[in-house]
Amino acid sequence: MTALLEVEDLRVSYGKIEAVKGISFSVEEGQVVTLIGTNGAGKTTTLRTLSGLLKPTAGKITFDGKPLSGIPAHKIVALGLAHSPEGRHIFPRLTITENLQLGAFLRSDKEGIQKDIQRAYELFPILGERRKQAAGTLSGGEQQMLAMGRALMSQPKLLMLDEPSMGLSPIMMQKIMETITELRSTGMTILLVEQNAQAALSLADQGHVMEIGKVVLSGTGQDLLHDESVRKAYLGED
Amino acid sequence: MHELPQQLANGLILGAMYGLIAIGYTMVYGIVQLINFAHGEIFMVGGFGALTVYLILPAGFSLGAAIPLMILGGMVVSVAVATAAERFAYRPLRGAPRLAPLITAIGLSIVLQQLVWQWYPDAKKDHPFPQLEGEALSLLGADLQPGGIFLLVAAPISMIALGFFVNKTRTGRGMQATAQDPDTAKLMGINTDRIIVTAFAIGAAFAAVAAVGYGLHNGQVSFRMGFLLGLKAFTAAVLGGIGNIYGAMLGGLVLGVAEALATGYIAEIPGMELFGGGSWKDVWAFSLLIIVLLVRPQGLLGERVADRA
Repeated sequence: MTALLEVEDLRVSYGKIEAVKGISFSVEEGQVVTLIGTNGAGKTTTLRTLSGLLKPTAGKITFDGKPLSGIPAHKIVALGLAHSPEGRHIFPRLTITENLQLGAFLRSDKEGIQKDIQRAYELFPILGERRKQAAGTLSGGEQQMLAMGRALMSQPKLLMLDEPSMGLSPIMMQKIMETITELRSTGMTILLVEQNAQAALSLADQGHVMEIGKVVLSGTGQDLLHDESVRKAYLGED
Repeated sequence: MHELPQQLANGLILGAMYGLIAIGYTMVYGIVQLINFAHGEIFMVGGFGALTVYLILPAGFSLGAAIPLMILGGMVVSVAVATAAERFAYRPLRGAPRLAPLITAIGLSIVLQQLVWQWYPDAKKDHPFPQLEGEALSLLGADLQPGGIFLLVAAPISMIALGFFVNKTRTGRGMQATAQDPDTAKLMGINTDRIIVTAFAIGAAFAAVAAVGYGLHNGQVSFRMGFLLGLKAFTAAVLGGIGNIYGAMLGGLVLGVAEALATGYIAEIPGMELFGGGSWKDVWAFSLLIIVLLVRPQGLLGERVADRA
């Protein structure tokens, strides 16, 4: 079986500084794959390149059998690649419902959109209760739920989540991780970028450890969770 | 001519014109944070576009029937110039330091003025604009000329149409998203380049309506009419809270009325006799701007910058 997403020798630069220095990995359908690593490792840069916000300097990205090079960001969503960005980036002055509707911007099936909005409210009841509220007034955790719900509204084949647990309370973080597990059980393919390596590796099929622009270690989530160097560097053990 | 109702009416007419032009500044700023200083000239070419349509219509065509065509012609010219400016002058500079597009805008403004001055027949001095026949309408103690009525009617209609577009249509929603967070808007599948062109086009269309109103109200158009009016409309946009479409219209009306009242009444305050008359009106307008910005830097309806993500 060919992978849903195939990244080969991807390089990305900001001016003269190369942030991603030739990484390769793939995501199979139905898998949860995680990229872990410290700040500045190039994880967010990788996701932003995959969704077309940044242009790679070299390398190949194949999604669902099609090369993504040269396709602008707004057309990549249509191919089935949704990106919930780091820092959530909900539209603060629009309501929750309007944010969710924007997630379905390219869809024209009104009834289907309505149904999916209801489903998002079932997944995150708090959003349903506050549906008419401006999204900027939500708490960080609620904004994260909204960002995930919004990404799901495009009916993606691959959901990319960038630091969903960033800045959240432990309870909220757990709720988000439970939601990811729930999505995974529905068969959703997920590419998860996380600083919380413990949580990410526990639910990932595959994990890749990134350091200053390179993948330094790959393996199943469980393997990496028990790998000594990973435990030392990312799980805070001596 | 010094009665209050008449002064208010004059102020509202002037304000409606400021407001219609201010929409263009505020929409473009709201989306790309660019102060399009060529917008005054977008307004000006709209006036000449409308005039051209009138001049090529067969004789005997009544002005009443010609006005819709003139508005359309003005819009076509304004929108064409504005979208070409966006595409060829501003888009290549997106991501450049803010000063670069600003200087480009000023340059473009001069180029457009000079092109009209040089090439439009008889445009080296004020060019007469056709006048609507008809009696002035007396309303609540004010006499309204047809040109003024045009502006007083056009402004609310345009605002309602714009409000509907921004809040109820898909493109309008995409525009709000792009204004709030352009990168994330792309992630939703919104073609932000197209949204930006649309914002320029809408602003230009509104400016063309204002230009027809200007011509009808003042009886003439000229290659430099966009300069001071553009500056005033920009003031109105800032006054109302730049980035907010309703603020632009409100700012326009406040500015217009303040200008009319100051011109009419300041000289009657003892000791202020020297400051009467029309030549001081710009001083009052810009003084008002300074005062409002001191008290409310975000403008009347503006949101604080911290709300921007």
